[in-house]
Amino acid sequence: MWRHFDHQADIGVHGSGPGLAAAFEQAAVALTAVVTDPAGVTADTAVRVSCSAPDAELLLVDWLNAVIYEMATRNMLFREFSVTIDGNRLQGTARGETVDVARHQPAAEPKGATFTALRVYEDNTGTWHAQCVIDV
Amino acid sequence: MDTASLIRITEYEWHIEPQGDMRVPGIIYASQQLIQGMDDKVREQVCNVAALPGIVRASYAMPDAHWGYGFPIGGVAAFDAEAGGVISAGGVGFDISCGVRTLHTGLSRADIEPVRERLADALFHSIPAGLGSTGKIHLDDAGMEAMLAGGARWAVKRGWGMREDLDRVEEHGCMAGARPEAVSAQARRRQRNEMGTLGSGNHYLEVQEVSEIFDPEIATAFGLARGNVVVSIHCGSRGLGHQIGTEFLRSMVIEAQRHGIRLPDRELACAPIHSDTGQAYLGAMRAAINCALANRQIITHLTRRVFERVLPTASLELLYDVSHNTCKLEKHDIDGQPRELYVHRKGATRAWGPGHPELPDDLQASGQPVLIGGSMGTASHILTGAPPDGATSFASACHGAGRAMSRRQASKRWRGRQLVDELDEAGIVIRSPSSRGVAEEAPGAYKDVDAVVEAAHAAGLACKVARLRPLICIKG
Repeated sequence: MWRHFDHQADIGVHGSGPGLAAAFEQAAVALTAVVTDPAGVTADTAVRVSCSAPDAELLLVDWLNAVIYEMATRNMLFREFSVTIDGNRLQGTARGETVDVARHQPAAEPKGATFTALRVYEDNTGTWHAQCVIDV
Repeated sequence: MDTASLIRITEYEWHIEPQGDMRVPGIIYASQQLIQGMDDKVREQVCNVAALPGIVRASYAMPDAHWGYGFPIGGVAAFDAEAGGVISAGGVGFDISCGVRTLHTGLSRADIEPVRERLADALFHSIPAGLGSTGKIHLDDAGMEAMLAGGARWAVKRGWGMREDLDRVEEHGCMAGARPEAVSAQARRRQRNEMGTLGSGNHYLEVQEVSEIFDPEIATAFGLARGNVVVSIHCGSRGLGHQIGTEFLRSMVIEAQRHGIRLPDRELACAPIHSDTGQAYLGAMRAAINCALANRQIITHLTRRVFERVLPTASLELLYDVSHNTCKLEKHDIDGQPRELYVHRKGATRAWGPGHPELPDDLQASGQPVLIGGSMGTASHILTGAPPDGATSFASACHGAGRAMSRRQASKRWRGRQLVDELDEAGIVIRSPSSRGVAEEAPGAYKDVDAVVEAAHAAGLACKVARLRPLICIKG
């Protein structure tokens, strides 16, 4: 599950799932949705990223920034993400395609994931949540 | 914002007395209406900034202030390095040296009318805008290094502009003290194909008409008259600045504890100016300022080529180029003593008054043109720096209208196609690669720029000179 939440100047991304990794995957789908409808992106090319951080919140920021970096330098949009987290290390794969401006109609360009409204937590039903504001 | 906890000093100036960890007061410049519309987060962020080490005089918010990252957007704060002062990546922002550049055209609205659609199409095709757009300039390693050190001066040397342009750019087109070696390989890679691109979000290139003159004398000194057509470019340091902001925000968060800085909020991350991280950020941030200056210079060149084709009688001379996301070392008078301070302006425009030594000779009498960008379809303003005996906010003014509504709310409320049609009926031609992008930037999603500028004028931050009305807007 993913959703956006309001920030006055920018936009918040929120992912949730049965585990930390699933919440991170969904937060990244929400990141794509800042730009375009993820359903309109074809998942035909895989890009691998990895990062590590001292805590789960910093790891979320690093993960989203790694995806933003791949989007910017490869000129790609991603539809699907798979993540594994082992302690402080994250290995992820993003699947997507090259930006097609006419088809994707990119609405905004993510500049970076921020520490604003940054939260990673497990709720009392055992669902994990991962969120922060993206500067666009 | 609830005004009960504020002390109203004048109609446009509100104070927050130091409390808790605050070392200095907070000062917000706004009308009653603007301050009531401000998020409570602005107050919280103004107070948090006031608690940072080495802050001098006060933590300020401009009339367009809104919720930012650690610092409010529209925030101004100065730090003394010798008093343990800090530098903050969040206090500059992700889009380092984002700013506005305005060019005269020598044309009037009547000249534009017959070719308006053709001009809009030609600008849209020639100036890369939006996500996924790349420029025609691809920098190799040596080119990147020279650009980061040289800024607009480098661009002019490469043939993208005229020498005279540089007199009308802050820092004469080249930010001193840039340290290209402090810019990571990732930041460079993000920029390699992005020189001469507008980006997206609230960035734009507009063809505008001078619709109103408030100060005829200064307007004449700036070369502006009613009915003149000008071009304004709003963009920044693109992927390079975003990556530098991302990297240093992270390292400042991790290192704050080591430097003994207690942060009320992680996003307020900062480093002592006299520290390795502080110095590395300063050098990288200054290189990003050069990147933004070079970027706006290249877009100026592309714009000139379009006008040469479509309206060959035009002469695009630079009025001024100002950045509104920076930290700069400046001399300011504090209690009668000149002091060198690191002034953060996050979404705030430097506004030197008449006689400031950094202004070129031909602007000495008038003061610095202060360029306030509107949002798509709304007015922009040109002001001039106020005399130094006015407001105390380190010669700073507002930078734009500021959002009143989130992107999510805006895209639910408006449809891009419909907005483009409505603006067309109002005489404003929009060109954008994205319909949803247009909806998110709807004029109604922003505060009233006229009210913001009125407050800046009335508070003595800067003086109104002219109002600009958009004719063509190229939206990223």
